[in-house]
Amino acid sequence: MVKGMRMDWGRMLFYLLLTAFALLMLAPLVYLASSAFKPTAELFLFPPRFFVMNPTTKNFYQLLLVTGTSFVPFTRYIFNSLIVTTAIVAGGIFISSLAAYPLAKHKMPFRSAIFNMIVFSLMFSPMVLQIPQYLVISRIGLMNTYFAQIIPYLAAPVGMFLMVQFARQIPEALLEAARIDGANEWKVFWVLVLPMLQPAIATFALFSFIQAWNDPYPAMVYSTHEDMKSLPIAIQTISGGAGVVARVGTFAAASFLMIIPTILVFIITQRMVLQTMAHSGLKG
Amino acid sequence: MSSVNTDAVTSKQIVSKSIVSKSIRSPRIPSKLKLLGADIKRHKVSYLFLAPFLLLFTLFTIVPIFTSIGLSFSYYNIIESPRYIGLSNYRLLFVDDDIFLKAIGITFKFAMITGPVGYIMAFLLAWVISQIPIKYRFFYTLCFYTPSITSATAMSVVWLYLFAGDRKGLINYWALKLGINHEPYLFLQNVNSIVPVIIIVSLWMSMGIGFLAFLAGLQNVPKDLYEAGAIDGIKYRLQELWYITIPSVKPQLLFGAVLQVVFSLQVFDVSVQLVGIPSPLYAGHTILTHLFDYAFIKFEMGYASAIAVVLFLMMIGMNRLIFKWLGRD
Repeated sequence: MVKGMRMDWGRMLFYLLLTAFALLMLAPLVYLASSAFKPTAELFLFPPRFFVMNPTTKNFYQLLLVTGTSFVPFTRYIFNSLIVTTAIVAGGIFISSLAAYPLAKHKMPFRSAIFNMIVFSLMFSPMVLQIPQYLVISRIGLMNTYFAQIIPYLAAPVGMFLMVQFARQIPEALLEAARIDGANEWKVFWVLVLPMLQPAIATFALFSFIQAWNDPYPAMVYSTHEDMKSLPIAIQTISGGAGVVARVGTFAAASFLMIIPTILVFIITQRMVLQTMAHSGLKG
Repeated sequence: MSSVNTDAVTSKQIVSKSIVSKSIRSPRIPSKLKLLGADIKRHKVSYLFLAPFLLLFTLFTIVPIFTSIGLSFSYYNIIESPRYIGLSNYRLLFVDDDIFLKAIGITFKFAMITGPVGYIMAFLLAWVISQIPIKYRFFYTLCFYTPSITSATAMSVVWLYLFAGDRKGLINYWALKLGINHEPYLFLQNVNSIVPVIIIVSLWMSMGIGFLAFLAGLQNVPKDLYEAGAIDGIKYRLQELWYITIPSVKPQLLFGAVLQVVFSLQVFDVSVQLVGIPSPLYAGHTILTHLFDYAFIKFEMGYASAIAVVLFLMMIGMNRLIFKWLGRD
């Protein structure tokens, strides 16, 4: 009896601490959301308040009117980000699932060499390759096009690695049965492999969406025209740069708009992501 | 259906014919090469599947590695063509460029704290979550993972307010009210607090892909291992963690470690958003900031490539160590 009581107290304390920490992690996001809905009077209130008292959507309207230093409307940045991100996610899924199938299931020469190269490229940040990538893009004459912001990011090593690891556990017998029934490799891929890769595809979509959506550098480096810039750059312009606190309301509203889609994508994909990550292990 | 079958047969016949029909001159190596060639031909379809990925991967990952190394031995300002200058860039970097040496110091200081602390925190939180009932897991996973998917740019609105250097900043407000400080502390301007602030923000964002990998790995440790452990005399949760759980999620631990090394050495975004380029007295200047500064602001591509090569080697070197340490059985 006494022992059971103590167990429960311990458990309660454990949940209390864990929940407190979880809410602490969430606090900056809650503050962001609450600032996005604050009227101007509350934003500059002293003493500062964490939660909003009289929520308003004025900041969001302001966002549509106020633009950065140029005459490009805010919706244009959203449009650019949507185009680039959608293309990177869709294109990446297509070429990576195509490549994952033979890398996991065919026994062609150079297979392990190619896979080892992918593992090797996990070990450094693509940021160190920016200069040659920039030179390639400007040589092919793709500067200031959407392609420039898309193509370098299609072959993503982390997503590719997860895709191959996941594809390995597709039963060989299943593929063999389809081949005996006369299906060619394309049909095996399209009808059998692709549906079975679904959790890995969802995971790929999540990671490449987050990466593409949040990364300000492609638009910064590969375009010189304001109307080709993406959402993160628009937000930087609104904020006025590091250390400047101007237009806090619109800044918060824009940031809020930018973070919502990433959270939604995670909530939608999370179950399949955890299924995929179970196969993420690396062997030394 | 039948047409597919006959197709396969004829292509096989063609392959075998081509092997037979060509005469073999010197028996050893060419025959091996020819066998390889035939093998490649037989797997033509596999390579077709791989082609789009391989093409882009080669063009934007493999070739750039060699281009970077090549350019790092040159003077190149984009307008004129690159001129070979030997090791000058590296000499300049390590002997004369005080700001670069400072950037290395700052990056290391940052990585030495964010790397291990973020890694251990991610693992422990994933472990704790795997211990609680399934219905509660999603809420905690969401709380810990969400910060890592936010954009550094978007979140800067919160950090600039939290760490603001006047009485309106949240931390300063409470520090003044509780009497810890007598005047507002300039978190983002003071050279002593810039790196700690960047570390705190990065730790907040560090429960990323590695955390998910740990979580998934931990949920899939076979239950009978724990039962066997209990028979063998394991009594406490911590014993269980050390003797059963950690060994069975080692592959995930290695994967997470590799990503954590890259994450902690590529610190850049948060620093640029919070303290700008250049930061006050270069106190938030990292290797990647230096690289970006020379590549895309000053357009000295040769010099910037040398910086990129140094950072590349640091990442690979660290990961080799990690592999040696975690990868052995």
